[in-house]
Amino acid sequence: MSDVVISARSVGKTFGSGADKVTALDSVSVDIFQNEFFTMLGPSGCGKTTLLRLIGGFEQATSGQILLEGKALNDLPPFKRPINTVFQSYALFPHLTVKQNITFGLEMQGTSRKQADGRAEEMLELVRLEEYGDRVPSQLSGGQQQRIALARALAPAPKVLLLDEPLSALDLKLRKEMQVELKRLQTETGITFVFVTHDQEEALAMSDRIAVMKSGEILQIGAPREIYEAPTHRFVADFIGDSNFLVGELVDGGAGERAVKLAGGSVIALSQDVSDQRKGPVTVSVRPERLGLIAGNDANADQLTGTVSTVIYFGTDTTYQIDLGNDARLTVRMQNGAGAKADFAEGDRVAITMSPDAVRVLAD
Amino acid sequence: MGNLIRSKRFWLVAPAVVYIGFFMAVPLLQMAYVSMLERGDYGGVNWGVFSMDAYISFIFERDLMDNLVVNTDYLEIFARSFGLSAMTTVFALLLGFPTAFYISTQPQSRRNFLIFLVTIPFWTNILVRNYAWMLLLRNGGLIDGALNWMGIETGGLDVLYTPYAVSIGLTYTYLPFMVLPIYASLEKLDHRLVEAAFDLGADKRRAMSRVILPLAAPGIAAGSILVFIPCLGAYVTPELLGGGKFMMIANLIGSQFGAARNWPLGAGLGFVLLALVLISMMVYSFKFKSLPEESR
Repeated sequence: MSDVVISARSVGKTFGSGADKVTALDSVSVDIFQNEFFTMLGPSGCGKTTLLRLIGGFEQATSGQILLEGKALNDLPPFKRPINTVFQSYALFPHLTVKQNITFGLEMQGTSRKQADGRAEEMLELVRLEEYGDRVPSQLSGGQQQRIALARALAPAPKVLLLDEPLSALDLKLRKEMQVELKRLQTETGITFVFVTHDQEEALAMSDRIAVMKSGEILQIGAPREIYEAPTHRFVADFIGDSNFLVGELVDGGAGERAVKLAGGSVIALSQDVSDQRKGPVTVSVRPERLGLIAGNDANADQLTGTVSTVIYFGTDTTYQIDLGNDARLTVRMQNGAGAKADFAEGDRVAITMSPDAVRVLAD
Repeated sequence: MGNLIRSKRFWLVAPAVVYIGFFMAVPLLQMAYVSMLERGDYGGVNWGVFSMDAYISFIFERDLMDNLVVNTDYLEIFARSFGLSAMTTVFALLLGFPTAFYISTQPQSRRNFLIFLVTIPFWTNILVRNYAWMLLLRNGGLIDGALNWMGIETGGLDVLYTPYAVSIGLTYTYLPFMVLPIYASLEKLDHRLVEAAFDLGADKRRAMSRVILPLAAPGIAAGSILVFIPCLGAYVTPELLGGGKFMMIANLIGSQFGAARNWPLGAGLGFVLLALVLISMMVYSFKFKSLPEESR
């Protein structure tokens, strides 16, 4: 996981011109490594698909460069790139059998018939559809078509496999299955996967690294755990999982650490390394499950207190909405079951506990 | 209840069924009957006197000794008609496919306008259009004149009243029937399939031959049928642009009912043509029945 396969350098893409000009990508730079499951995650219109299409060669970058193993790809048409795509709609050739679909890419490379057939068998085995070689795509279910699309794209042994929201058309159960399947295929083939999705759960479950995108920019790149536990932007914290946001001011917390003083006067300790230069109002994010509740009268002066406004029981856990006063609200999720200590009712006065490492100061 | 609704719904189609049933089936049966009767001496038929002469004389004629000898005159006309129709179909395909492909690659608003342009020739009466072609093609006509004016001495174009003139005229007349079905199938074609072909290493030529053409095949076949079959029955164009010298099937049939006063032969020729058309349709539907539907 050290060699860079794909490298995007200040890649920009605009569509249209004049008043209709739309910026799809705004100077994006990213390195994608060998044998990596890399996910581009973001809402629709964030530029993730555009970046994928630029790598695939279906669009031309307006500015910047995309390199494949150090060589510029810019003017290379899609059919000359050792990169294959699994399309959102699968785009299987309806007039060809499953096997002919899989051997299509090999044939274009000039592979001999016999070798191509052998490879097709191998691919069918890989996606566990050995018996379906002679069917046509319309005779397959959505999940099977998905697997064939994968087999077809993997057959020519590309350096990079691009996947454009390939699971979005499947129902939930099948999607979960395919997530596992995709991860397995990536590990077995050792090919770099570049995956595009707007589904954060999917991204967290499969990826080695995730790039969170918004409005044509990459906000944060990191491992799933890093993205979830240490979001750098409010958008990232909000888009991936649930998050509480509190507004306060950076102050000196003593012992060289910094802290955030909230409007109500309570102080939150930080373990995050925040530059001494940074001052003034900031937003912090805390995940609901990283918060705890204790009875209000046990609180000390610095602690955040509030009133329980809503209690929602979910089985494995219970969610409490805490009214902090001044229109500020917090969500606290506490696990139920053995060892669960808290049990509060609506109207209870509570104090909120949080460990310093649960609190993230956001960049914006 | 369901039966009641179904039987009531039948009345929706009943007028059309009666109309077509009467005005298509009855004349057709009548002509089938006529084709199997003895010809009348002054046109018409001798009702009730059955004879297979019409079908026999399609291939044979009686010599002076009353022996049947093979006569290829009618077969030649049929062969010429099929040849001319095939030539026209090929011309229409060569002109029509690129046109349809171009239109299908245009933005939606422009496509509708272009399709509208394709259908404009339908607005003018077919006779008028054929006379217009006569003016264009004749020696000293518009094309000939323009060529001479540009210094290209044609010494007379000598195209009018040839099979080429007939084919040019037919191609012009039936071109929209080629463009429209091909356009329909190309428009339905999922552009992502072409992208997928590129993605898998196919260049433009191979994306065309391996993906676009096969998927447009039903449209190409439909267009070819829509051009080929009316061509076989073309009457006005061979009459005017062929000057009556290059008879096609329809002209032959017309002459049997007219000048030749041989109604049974005219009707018989019509049924031979119908049989040939039906056979080619069956071949077509057999060939394309197995073609998979486009992916949803």
